[in-house]
Amino acid sequence: MEFFRDLFFSGLTKGSIYALIALGYTMVYGIIALINFAHGEIYMIGAFTALIASMILSSFGLAGWGLLVLVALIAALYSAMYGFTVEKIAYKPLRESSRLAPLISAIGMSIFLQNYVQLVQSSNFQVFNNIIPDISFIKAGSIVNKTQFMIVLTTALSMVALTIFIKKTKIGMAMRAVSQDQVMARLTGVKIDRIISSTFIIGSVLAAIGGLLIGCSMRQIDFYIGFLAGMKAFTAAVLGGIGSIPGAVIGALILGFAESFAAGYISSEYEDVVAFVLLIVILTFRPTGIMGQATTQKV
Amino acid sequence: MSINHSKETHYPAKESFLSSFFRSLTEEIKAALVATLWFCFLTLPLVCFRINANTQKIDYLWERLPKVAIIAFVATLIWRFLRKRLSFSHVKDTLDEVSGPPPDEARGPGGSWVTYLMAAKHKKLYAILALAFLVTIPFWVSPYVVMILITALIYICLGLGLNIVVGVSGLLNLGYVAFYAIGAYTYALLNHSFGLSFWICLPLGALTATTLGLLLGLPILRLSGDYLAIVTLGFGEIIRLVLTNANFTNGPSGIGGIAPPGLFGINLNATVKPFLVNLHLMHKDMDLNKVLIFFIMLLMVILTIICVFRLENSRLGRAWLALREDEVACQAMGINRTKAKLTAFAIGSTWAGLAGVVFASQITFINPSNFTFMQSVMILSIVVLGGMGSIPGVIVGAIVLTLLPEYLRGFANYRMLLFGLLMVLMMVFRPGGLIQSTRQVYIHKPLENKEP
Repeated sequence: MEFFRDLFFSGLTKGSIYALIALGYTMVYGIIALINFAHGEIYMIGAFTALIASMILSSFGLAGWGLLVLVALIAALYSAMYGFTVEKIAYKPLRESSRLAPLISAIGMSIFLQNYVQLVQSSNFQVFNNIIPDISFIKAGSIVNKTQFMIVLTTALSMVALTIFIKKTKIGMAMRAVSQDQVMARLTGVKIDRIISSTFIIGSVLAAIGGLLIGCSMRQIDFYIGFLAGMKAFTAAVLGGIGSIPGAVIGALILGFAESFAAGYISSEYEDVVAFVLLIVILTFRPTGIMGQATTQKV
Repeated sequence: MSINHSKETHYPAKESFLSSFFRSLTEEIKAALVATLWFCFLTLPLVCFRINANTQKIDYLWERLPKVAIIAFVATLIWRFLRKRLSFSHVKDTLDEVSGPPPDEARGPGGSWVTYLMAAKHKKLYAILALAFLVTIPFWVSPYVVMILITALIYICLGLGLNIVVGVSGLLNLGYVAFYAIGAYTYALLNHSFGLSFWICLPLGALTATTLGLLLGLPILRLSGDYLAIVTLGFGEIIRLVLTNANFTNGPSGIGGIAPPGLFGINLNATVKPFLVNLHLMHKDMDLNKVLIFFIMLLMVILTIICVFRLENSRLGRAWLALREDEVACQAMGINRTKAKLTAFAIGSTWAGLAGVVFASQITFINPSNFTFMQSVMILSIVVLGGMGSIPGVIVGAIVLTLLPEYLRGFANYRMLLFGLLMVLMMVFRPGGLIQSTRQVYIHKPLENKEP
């Protein structure tokens, strides 16, 4: 039972991180129907920025919650800027072209960013110091450790904040409008370009938080982490039904649990295989994902 | 249209593009300076602070910042220039459409002799001349060049195979390398365990890859576009992970000692080579087995080109094109979508399987790291760079992308970076590729002597 419990919590943690990244995919897809392949790289850049910021700031003597918050802010700022720039360079000029063009451009951007980080940093694993301060009510023998607790808490808070943002604010309403009908939204005075940019920025901020948290939990990062995490998160978004925000969270949690239990009860080598087999199986039976709605295509 | 170009000036068609660009030069420079500032700030933490893994301290590399600034400034200027020219030519095209196409004489000087040389009646002659040239290559180049050329030919084959799936049928397959791996491993395993020869394994490898293509095709038939891309990507990863973790494939260490193809049991290096070297017809270090592979690949590429050309202009090829343009409309025209998709997938995989067998026999040692996602991307870049759906385009793309890295060894570190950049820039500025595919056009000519 203890083994099961450990697997459950590791699955929950994993699923939470996937959820943070998957939201970026699903929001962008919901608005411009594009798989933002570079999103995993944004997450990786978030992790790297967080690592560099934490090293610089801690050399100035900063520590504790102040350090964590400041590092999170810097990582979020830079990831948001990268997300914004990527959209302006690789996707905006292609908004009116065929469906394949932005997809290929996105893959190109992803490769570019990966190699950019590899060139300017290094291709080795970098040690990431866990900067999450000790939490008083989590002791050494607790069911979860402080990192897992923070990951789940942060993800849950981000979900709530995002849901409120989408439901209640003016930009959120504009986002929903754009995702329903771009032409109509434009006619009612919504500034499409600004809405698309803000979608990329929000997605990137969430990814940066995910990057910071994964650094604290895995304790090491390299330029390649974005690829697999991005792919898994996208799988999660597709599982849940791409374009649907609760769907992304559900899909991410399912994927996290599936991987964790597969690693525990079958074999850790086939952990990644399970994720992709799950993807193929679910898409075979439900091509639109769990929460996705089938739409009729009109000619 | 107007949302994208709303900030850009629409030029009158009469003014030349260059003069209008230089008229607003100060504006352009101002914009480029803003972009430079933005990029300097953007790249600051990652470029100027590097983590030193040994000391766990930060190295400050301020000297990199001016380089970033210069690159950003120049790149922004070029980017804006090209973007403006693109929108300028759009405006001009629209104006041309309104006022009718320009007369034929205006299409540029020297058009006549180019058309004369390109005329269909010469095509056969050129093909024979090119072939004769290619056949002589192994007799006057070094063994190293032959190796590179074999790689280039393998990539042409792969590119043409993927072109059927992505370029012609519009099904984005990101796991193409899986089929290549299947072909290579089929030969490696059969040769290793049962001693089967290359010539038996070549069709077997193709068959295995085709079967797998069908198997993958079946569950994902209902998917389209982006979903398909991610599922094929996942499939490629599954195959790679299985090859890495399974026992029968010898895991990450791979399989070695794969036999080269034989020619009726003749030991070429012992019998034919001394004869050729004595006549100064061949480099003395040349491995004749590689020369044989070169000829096999050459033959295979020629057959592939013929096959793909015939396929594209067949009923099935037309169905694929229709599928690419619009799935629903294509079904409405009575095309069996299931059949078209499955055949595209299976036929595309066949070539990957064939190329895989030859690849295994060429390098004689394979392991799963030969078949990563980056390989799929490389093949996809070939198709995209060359021109999706265009056979000469894919050939040019394969040659450029395999030969360039070989001759630009100094840029080895930047290779993948440039690939990524190239894919983005191609999509933005020349989505059709280097050699754009042309549709067969049927022109209806009205009878000339109708008017009295």
